[in-house]
Amino acid sequence: MAYSFPEEVLEHVFSFLHSDRDRNAVSLVCKSWYEIDRWSRRRVFIGNCYAISPRAVIRRFPEVRSIKIKGKPHFADFNLVPDGWGGYVFPWITAMASSYPWLEEIHLKRMVVTNACLELIAKSFKNFRVLVLSTCEGFSTDGLASIAANCRNLRELDLRDSEVDDLSGHWLSHFPDSYTSLVSLNISCLGSEVSFSALERLVSRCPNLRSLSLNRAVPIDRIACLLRQAPQLVELGTGAYNAELRPDVFSSLSGAFSCLKELRSLSGFWDAVPAYIPAVYSVCSGITSLNLSYTTMQNPDLTKLVSQCPNLQQLWVLDYIEDCGLEAVAASCKDLRELRVFPSDPYEEDEFDIALTERGLVSVSEGCTNLQSVLYFCRQMSNAALISIAQNRPNLTRFRLCIIEPRSPDYLTLQPLDAGFGAIVEHCKGLRRLSLSGLLTDRVFEYIGTHAKKLEMLSVAFAGESDLGLHLVLSGCESLRKLEIRDCPFGDKALLANAEKLETMRSLWMSSCSVSFGACKLLCRRMPRLNVEVIDETSEVAESRPESFTVQKLYIYRSVAGPRLDMPDYVLSMGEESPDLIG
Amino acid sequence: MSPPLLGVECGTRDVAKVTGSSSLKESPDGLSLGLKERNYLGLSDCSTVDSSMVSGQSDPEAQVNKLNTKATELRLGLPGSQSPERGLDEKLLFPLLPSKDGIKSVVSGNKRGFSDAIDNFSDEKWMFHRPDEGKQSLGQGKFPTSAVINVMIASRPSGPQQPVKEVPPKPLLERSNGINLSGGENNAPAAKAQVIGWPPVRSFRKNTLAAASKDNDEVDGKPGPGPLFVKVSMDGAPYLRKVDLRNYCKYYELSVALEKMFSGFTLGQYGANGTGGREMMSESKVKDALRGSDYVLTYEDKDGDWMLVGDVPWEMFIDTCKKLKIMKSSDAIGLAPRAMEKSKARN
Repeated sequence: MAYSFPEEVLEHVFSFLHSDRDRNAVSLVCKSWYEIDRWSRRRVFIGNCYAISPRAVIRRFPEVRSIKIKGKPHFADFNLVPDGWGGYVFPWITAMASSYPWLEEIHLKRMVVTNACLELIAKSFKNFRVLVLSTCEGFSTDGLASIAANCRNLRELDLRDSEVDDLSGHWLSHFPDSYTSLVSLNISCLGSEVSFSALERLVSRCPNLRSLSLNRAVPIDRIACLLRQAPQLVELGTGAYNAELRPDVFSSLSGAFSCLKELRSLSGFWDAVPAYIPAVYSVCSGITSLNLSYTTMQNPDLTKLVSQCPNLQQLWVLDYIEDCGLEAVAASCKDLRELRVFPSDPYEEDEFDIALTERGLVSVSEGCTNLQSVLYFCRQMSNAALISIAQNRPNLTRFRLCIIEPRSPDYLTLQPLDAGFGAIVEHCKGLRRLSLSGLLTDRVFEYIGTHAKKLEMLSVAFAGESDLGLHLVLSGCESLRKLEIRDCPFGDKALLANAEKLETMRSLWMSSCSVSFGACKLLCRRMPRLNVEVIDETSEVAESRPESFTVQKLYIYRSVAGPRLDMPDYVLSMGEESPDLIG
Repeated sequence: MSPPLLGVECGTRDVAKVTGSSSLKESPDGLSLGLKERNYLGLSDCSTVDSSMVSGQSDPEAQVNKLNTKATELRLGLPGSQSPERGLDEKLLFPLLPSKDGIKSVVSGNKRGFSDAIDNFSDEKWMFHRPDEGKQSLGQGKFPTSAVINVMIASRPSGPQQPVKEVPPKPLLERSNGINLSGGENNAPAAKAQVIGWPPVRSFRKNTLAAASKDNDEVDGKPGPGPLFVKVSMDGAPYLRKVDLRNYCKYYELSVALEKMFSGFTLGQYGANGTGGREMMSESKVKDALRGSDYVLTYEDKDGDWMLVGDVPWEMFIDTCKKLKIMKSSDAIGLAPRAMEKSKARN
């Protein structure tokens, strides 16, 4: 073209595009746009650490400041992925250490992070600011000490749900006295006690501290003095919230909370003693996010607390809330957008405690018009309830229902729950995430394949009757990116018939299904850009397995990096070794 | 009345999507039914979607358009295998083994037979009956007698083909109703093996709850104020509750609390509309029932014995109580003497 905007102008325009999809689209327009995007891309998201090599990312985007990488499959959260499977971040850190000296942010999810990684981070990136380790493992508090000691510009250290080898709380004292830039600290997953005086001094010298999530070891009578040092807090996770009721502790706590004018989010409350809960009442009117999923508090105190929060948008709670509590939520929390109800006793074998039933969810779906995201564990469900929910809330984007007993039918009619989930996908046209449970035939997959056009992630367990189910999903769900299946009678036919679909998705997990070894090999031969990994923990040698052998667990994902090289013994890659095509 | 069904638009697009699942033609040669391999898009080769490593999927519009025009027949077989051409009527799904069982209506009596279903199937149509909007029924839950749905269900394989049997012997629940649609009759296996990874609760959460709900008498070496939850069940009530014994200092308080908690239950009967007993019977009526001759409060101690509540000092009681049960007096007759003997033995 004879005319064109100067590069700087284009770059400036591109800087207003925040979604990866938009930036990817821009990079396809022409070579010069590709180059401009390439040099100006600052954030990269790697949904599967094995889909591409670190080298390839660095080559394409040389000036990245923030990277987010995910490792293990989602079902690793539920112990379905054996130890040592993979997800090591070390190769990424080493590659970035030499190529991204100005890296500021690392976000990792379900990855193995060692102390060596943390030390390398600490000394390689001079302007390092944000470290978020979500559901990670492999490191100890010694690694944290390196981060604390060396990252002078650290803003965020968030260890949410990670498994940390907790040697001592001493690491916190490694933040030097000159360090004042902390904005967010989440140590809720740590077991041991951190030095309280170090914590207090840290809090008092960091004026920008917005988010503080303590661990259980911080006792309730110490919270007040911490809060007084940080009245600007926006998010607070308390430690243990129990003690003998003492009026002086109570009033001190109460007073401290009343100074938190900016507080929007509360969590923690381990072992909460109801008597101390009124200390937080003064902040309830401003609270938008409440995570009570670790507290054993019950009704009426639990409902009373939640009902005091009229601006609540996000509620995570145990089933102690009961139907009556959820009715109260539906009446008081009109802006609720996300509800998660977890089971207090998932392995309850006695008579059911059915004080939390489908009725609670129906009430919330009726009363909370902004409800978009649901995660609900319960013990009974009916098609009628699901249909109500679907009709009440067509704006749902995430719907995850776990009926605790596998294959539970509609408890009123004893029919499968196909119609109920069918209504969900039919009415909720923007549904992006769905988890199924209960008794389900192939029909529900027909509904999903027909209607769930925006569905990106589907989780299926103990459902379906034949390959037809899987086929309907793979052929019908256009937006599907992640599919995870366990204990379903899905096998070779559907997989092979939809082989090409798999390359349009990030990953497929199938465990305790009916896929044969032979089909895996065939799939791999047909689709060179898929990594087909069979996980088999029996002791047989791979070569001796017959073609008809049913694989235990199967993880298929698209990749331009070829089969990975760090597989443990029990993971077999179905493809021949192929070199990393990109180099 | 059947629950609302999903209407499916009959555009070719949707037909193409669900193509092949609509009918099942019996074939004599089972699996090797002359399936020609085609790829998902109906193209000869699915070239790389995009050179961008981190981009999302390819343009969905293009895919949809392709599907409109190509038959997305399902084929099976190694590359290069020849097979007789099937008609483009897109009705074949999987050439599952024909079986008599597949023809029978297995679900419930209102399903039509297989041959009926085929006769009713019409070209290029994939109709669900759309009942009147807004009508719902709580109780019926019968499935529609749509031919198409029948066909799908009827195509379920059986016999040695049944996939469930191939599932490796992981610690699954011993259930037989995975494939059977006949409802809840087979819902209660005797032994419940715990299934790995089910329900899907993260370990972090499970561990936290497990630690919290134990009898945690010790906190930092001192008797702590942690909660002491025990389950309370009542004969004839459909659900049990939990109480924190630390909330009470004497039997009377516990008794009052339990009366309140269980006062929603008529004696031995569940509330007819199933609201969990939130309508209250008058408290005094229940008190009479509980305190009178009809019910007694019992507990299971650490040794697994059931004892009458009230025989031992409160402190000792909360130390040994594992579970509470509100029993009919007639069931509790044998308890008192044992309780006395036990406490004598302890003292």
